[in-house]
Amino acid sequence: MERKFYISSAPHITDSDSIPKIMYSVIGALIPAGIAGIYFFGWQAFWVIAIAVITAVLTEGIIQFLLKRPLSIGNGSAILTGLLLAYNVPAEVPFWLPAVGAFVGIAVGKMSFGGLGYNPLNPALVGRAFLTASWPVYMTVFQTAPRGGTLSGIDLSNIDAITEATPLNIFESAREILLHKSQFTDKVPDAMQALSQLYSSYSNLFIGKIGGCIGETSALLLLIGGFYLMYRRIIGWKIPTTFIVTVGLLTWIFGGTDGLFTGDPIFHILSGGLILGAFFMATDMVTTPITFKGRFIFGVGCGILTTVIRLWGGYPEGVSYSILLMNLTTPLLDRYTKPKKFGGK
Amino acid sequence: MPLKKTFKGGVHPPEQKNWTEKKKIKEVKAPETVIIPLQQHIGSPNKPLVEKKDTVKMGQVIGKSSKFVSAVCHASVSGTVTAVEKRPHPLGINVLSVVIENDGNDTWQEKPKKDNNYMKLSNDIMKQRIQEAGLAGMGGAAFPSHVKLSPPDDKSIDCVILNGVECEPFLTADHRLMLENTDEILAGLNIIMKILDVSKAIIGIEKNKPDAIKKMGKRTAKMDAVSVLPLKVKYPQGAEKQLIKAATGREVPSGGLPMDVGCLVHNVGTTLAVYEAVSSKKPLIERVVTVTGPGVKKPGNVKVRIGTPFQHIIDSCGGYKKNAAKIINGGPMMGISQITDEVPVIKGTSGILVLDEKTAQLHKEKPCIACARCVDICPMQLVPSHIASYIEYKDVDKAQKTGLLDCMECGSCSYICPSKRNLVQYIKLGKMIWNEKQQAK
Repeated sequence: MERKFYISSAPHITDSDSIPKIMYSVIGALIPAGIAGIYFFGWQAFWVIAIAVITAVLTEGIIQFLLKRPLSIGNGSAILTGLLLAYNVPAEVPFWLPAVGAFVGIAVGKMSFGGLGYNPLNPALVGRAFLTASWPVYMTVFQTAPRGGTLSGIDLSNIDAITEATPLNIFESAREILLHKSQFTDKVPDAMQALSQLYSSYSNLFIGKIGGCIGETSALLLLIGGFYLMYRRIIGWKIPTTFIVTVGLLTWIFGGTDGLFTGDPIFHILSGGLILGAFFMATDMVTTPITFKGRFIFGVGCGILTTVIRLWGGYPEGVSYSILLMNLTTPLLDRYTKPKKFGGK
Repeated sequence: MPLKKTFKGGVHPPEQKNWTEKKKIKEVKAPETVIIPLQQHIGSPNKPLVEKKDTVKMGQVIGKSSKFVSAVCHASVSGTVTAVEKRPHPLGINVLSVVIENDGNDTWQEKPKKDNNYMKLSNDIMKQRIQEAGLAGMGGAAFPSHVKLSPPDDKSIDCVILNGVECEPFLTADHRLMLENTDEILAGLNIIMKILDVSKAIIGIEKNKPDAIKKMGKRTAKMDAVSVLPLKVKYPQGAEKQLIKAATGREVPSGGLPMDVGCLVHNVGTTLAVYEAVSSKKPLIERVVTVTGPGVKKPGNVKVRIGTPFQHIIDSCGGYKKNAAKIINGGPMMGISQITDEVPVIKGTSGILVLDEKTAQLHKEKPCIACARCVDICPMQLVPSHIASYIEYKDVDKAQKTGLLDCMECGSCSYICPSKRNLVQYIKLGKMIWNEKQQAK
């Protein structure tokens, strides 16, 4: 009896890693931070996450069904987009908001370009940018204090000039006062006190006992997830490191109120969405450069833009916009940072 | 500055050497019929010197070309020619071949006899013996050896590298040769060094063969010119350019040859054949092949006549397992899958790998997610995903500008791709289109 054999081009073996494995690993790495979000902000945070994830998956599935494309919702990428979007909104938003964000992120940010692999921008951040532009109040005014803590992570009860808000909001208003001392002479002592308190409240920032978006508060748990992904070699070290180091350096140089080199880099690294952004969004494979140098420049660029927005821009936080803007430079970075080939000049 | 004993990039596929690495080389009885393709090497094809019904003796030249870049073919058995026709070749094409029915007598044309004074022969005679023995690189590429040993006058070679890396998963033929024919290989190395007038040789062996490193190290302890270099286990460590980089730190220029940086690389199997050709005028009519994989009953390392059909060899290794599903000439990374097991072993056949239903599973291609793994691991520092995309969109010129022709098709990018994209297949296709375009000009 004659045997029949498979025919294919070499290589005849492949690595066991696959798109679903990568996506579910990232999802797994994000789960601890999500649990922290639910713990600190209550069940409403859970519902926001659930709604965003379900909407993202349904949107992708329905669009693929309508376009008669193969269904790919099983590969985890839609779940990941929903999860990241939810992590980027405050816990107390109305429930339709994450649904709209996830829908826009998937439909406009991803499927309109052809689905996974073809989207130029991070879909979750497209959704978030859409929500921030459309419903800025929902997206930037935080009300839910974390369980057992305050929005700002510090005690503002004796400080009248500063209203309770997230650490970055407090930083922005206090800095505003201190940079224009002559206009706010009566508020200067309060602002100084608030800033010094902020700068000594690292532990709350680190654990996540502060106000903010659902998934971005706990630097500790995000770092654990991020290092796990680095260990699994799903994300590289270049973008997170250059992003964070750039923000640290620039905020140290320019972020102070008494001239250059008086800023507090650690405060800036731990607050807001920097850790979440640097480890989980600026490392999105599809929308970031593939070359060594490209990734380096990408991270530095994200760091510069984040700092510019935080210190001189209208928003207290700039991580999302900086990543979106740098996403747009990815094709160019790839083109101009090709590695020198072996034996090449 | 200490040299970095490896190269940049590369992958770590499961080694799978344990199937056969402890199995001694066993001789397989010559088959009833051998099929000897007239092209087993890179270069000019041979013209048949025999016709149907001719009687041939073992070691008789049956195919020859008038060109220098070619390697003659010999009858590997004695018997009668039953056909001179196109037959399936392990490289996936049909090639004019001489089919010989074995009379079972193994009557030599000229029986190899050891000449104890072979080191006193002149370089020209040595090279002539190598050419007459039909030697071609036995690591896979099968470049005629006498050509390799005749560098042009303007290239000076100062270092011979013996390639005992065997980085392809599953394969252990070179490993066994280094253990079982250590002295003959070193004698072959001496001949190569004499021909090239080189006083430095490095034997590169991957660290997963500690016994071979130890044995080679012991035998070369008193040879000042020869050193054994244990290398990091990483694919493709045995690729010529990557091996030179690891062993000497020199980088062969793009489009260049090892001799451009004063190096020459020879596979250990070829080196053994050099010894046999020069010392006893033995033609290349047999070689060692690793028969392995989950689809074969008794994997092992076997010595077979050139021209032995795969099926005969697999039968001698216990036959197929029930679920055998894919048969490959060579290793899993660069080997070629076969449509039939009637193809013969050729000079470059280092292994016959039989995969089963499970390991032969083909994966569906998914879109590139720009994970950059292919860029990170490309041992030639190319951007495989871009080159493949250009070819997918039929822009071969752009692919060429991006490094298409620098690719050695090692397969690392396709191996690592989480989207299971057939990057190397696109690149091979691109090279074909490019060559056709060049020829049309």
